[in-house]
Amino acid sequence: MNIYVLMKKTFDTEEKIQIDGGVIEEEGAEFIINPYDEYAIEEAIKIRDDHGGEVTVVTVGDEESEQQLRTALAMGADKAVLVNTEDDLEDGDQYSTVRILEAYFEDKDVDIILAGNVAIDEASGQVGPRLADKLDIPYVTTITNLEIGGEDVKIVRDVEGDEETVETSLPLLVTCQQGLNEPRYPSLPGIMKAKKKPLEELELDDLDLDEDDVEAKTETVEVFLPPEKEAGRVLEGETEDQVKELVSLLKTEAKVL
Amino acid sequence: MNFELTKEQEMIRKMVRDFATEKIAPRAIDIDVNAKFPEDLFKEMGELGLLGIPFPEEVGGSGGDTVSYALAAEEIARVCGSTGLSYAAAVSLGSSPIYYFGTDEQKEKFLKPLASGEALGSFGLTEPNAGSDAGGTKTTAKIDGEDYVINGEKCFITNASYAKQIIVTAVTGKDDRGKNIISAIIVPTDTPGITITDNYDKMGVRGSNTAEIVLEDVRVPKENLLGDPEKGFKQFLYTLDGGRISIAALGVGIAQASLDKALEYAKERKQFGQSISNFQAIQFKLADMAMEVELARNMVLKAAWLKDQGKNFTKEAAYAKLFASETATRNANEAIQIHGGYGYMREYEVERYLRDAKLLEIGEGTSEIQRLVIARQFGC
Ligand SMILES: Cc1cc2nc3c(=O)[nH]c(=O)nc-3n(C[C@H](O)[C@H](O)[C@H](O)COP(=O)(O)OP(=O)(O)OC[C@H]3O[C@@H](n4cnc5c(N)ncnc54)[C@H](O)[C@@H]3O)c2cc1C
Ligand SMILES: Cc1cc2nc3c(=O)[nH]c(=O)nc-3n(C[C@H](O)[C@H](O)[C@H](O)COP(=O)(O)OP(=O)(O)OC[C@H]3O[C@@H](n4cnc5c(N)ncnc54)[C@H](O)[C@@H]3O)c2cc1C
Repeated sequence: MNIYVLMKKTFDTEEKIQIDGGVIEEEGAEFIINPYDEYAIEEAIKIRDDHGGEVTVVTVGDEESEQQLRTALAMGADKAVLVNTEDDLEDGDQYSTVRILEAYFEDKDVDIILAGNVAIDEASGQVGPRLADKLDIPYVTTITNLEIGGEDVKIVRDVEGDEETVETSLPLLVTCQQGLNEPRYPSLPGIMKAKKKPLEELELDDLDLDEDDVEAKTETVEVFLPPEKEAGRVLEGETEDQVKELVSLLKTEAKVL
Repeated sequence: MNFELTKEQEMIRKMVRDFATEKIAPRAIDIDVNAKFPEDLFKEMGELGLLGIPFPEEVGGSGGDTVSYALAAEEIARVCGSTGLSYAAAVSLGSSPIYYFGTDEQKEKFLKPLASGEALGSFGLTEPNAGSDAGGTKTTAKIDGEDYVINGEKCFITNASYAKQIIVTAVTGKDDRGKNIISAIIVPTDTPGITITDNYDKMGVRGSNTAEIVLEDVRVPKENLLGDPEKGFKQFLYTLDGGRISIAALGVGIAQASLDKALEYAKERKQFGQSISNFQAIQFKLADMAMEVELARNMVLKAAWLKDQGKNFTKEAAYAKLFASETATRNANEAIQIHGGYGYMREYEVERYLRDAKLLEIGEGTSEIQRLVIARQFGC
């Protein structure tokens, strides 16, 4: 089977994030594999181990993304591809990423593509579905279980806490949700072997794309941190009065009604 | 000059940090309170290849280097000193001597299971009356036919209750000048005549197994002799040099954890209407702590790097061990101080750091012995 994983390098949102002049300060930020993509990598390795084939991890990123690709190789992926847009793309968006991936996959024979449900930095959840649409293959999002038998695929997906079972067929794109599996740690021998596995680096040129082709369709107007959480307030008195007070606070203070 | 880690070293550190944070840290208080050796964690660490970092694949290892090993030891000690000590002892004392001095057969038979993480090994040097003065070893090993017959007593031996084998130092004869010849012999723990008891009630590193060993007419084949029969003493000095790098790395881990906890607490804790981190008295403590962690880490990594380059590292390993272990104790002590009354409580963990750190100033050569080692390097 030809198994592909879409992976994104993100900053660790559990670490302190600083914003300077409307951009996230990269110096000092910790970079990780987008956690949902870790489920995708784990599932891809399992599919390969059960059904044979090869796992290729693809990322659109910069020079530094090599670290995350090597980690995926250390977990057990076979090949990695870095589309390095550092010199060609100032501010990409989901459109840009999908356009690049579409070009990459144009001549590829794909059985399954696994992506994360969302990337924790921008959390759009768009890249997977939009790519599937461009490649004209079915897609299923937020999956928590996957069984492949020949061409047939049985999937359980998370729908806001409930489960939905979907039957579909290969080729296919899925986006992975927490609960699908428990991503393995890259083992020491895995890390040492990753050094010798193939990592292909491409630029837009290699995909016959121009900067204009991938120009973002959206514009980021402002980047800001959420306001610091203030201490909660406990309302007191008769339930009826509390409700009235709550509604009035929602109108006047929180201004959400 | 280049202070950057390689990609592999970076990945190893990240993996061990993730593993330590997710799997070890939630159990650290429990491991300390119940003084229970976390055998299952060692199984997992073995599967990840952590027990074989500095050994090549041919002997079951992971093919990493001393720098990676030091980074791993630091990350483990950062969350749990007990697990850290047992880890460092298993690799540096249990496995390394066989890797340095063992024959191919010994490596196959005794090192492979340790390096691949299936079993643990110990190193039994210390005796009730021979601690710092290892030359005072009383345990004897006498040749009888094809065997050594070993008699004696060892104390404070890390991991012994869980070990597949123990490398025991023993007097095997006298040289021309009438001085004792001390050799190292590999003794499987299922050999008749060995009694291993772990009744110590320790101040710190309570979850690390520490045991007393009595050897009564213990028979092992002559081929279990490790390395040169005449140079056993030199061999374990070399072993301890290497081990000091890992003990130092544990010190860096505890010192870093102390700083992390103290800084976080100082920012949150309000007294006199503001965060105590606004007070210069606290800031100066934090600044000193951060500086010393960084200095200690640099020294550890330099010693590890020298070892990886095949250069002499005796002095640097002693610097690293001495400074990092004392830094760990100082930082843990300051972390408690910054926590005030809360720091005295187990729940806040910093009091455990102090108890764990103290061992690092004693094991694998006390601070005084490190100073002797350093001075000897000047020809004193
Ligand atoms: C938890 C734990 C785990 C251990 N694990 C192991 C292990 O796995 N294997 C093993 O073999 N041993 C192990 N040890 C033993 C450890 O290495 C010794 O405790 C240590 O070397 C000190 O020896 P000692 O306890 O006999 O103290 P002593 O040697 O009696 O020292 C007492 C004091 O005298 C000082 N002193 C001694 N000689 C001199 C001198 N010449 N000049 C100045 N001061 C001096 C020392 O620095 C110390 O302050 C462990 C100990 C502990 C507590
Ligand atoms: C075992 C035990 C028994 C106790 N018994 C009693 C008792 O019987 N009765 C009782 O009332 N209390 C008791 N205490 C409480 C004890 O007195 C307090 O823990 C102590 O006064 C410190 O207060 P704190 O813990 O709130 O620390 P904090 O006041 O929060 O101090 C935290 C750190 O900030 C530093 N700091 C605070 N303010 C400043 C400043 N302005 N400038 C510079 N540094 C500053 C402190 O020195 C400390 O290092 C007990 C505590 C313990 C642990």
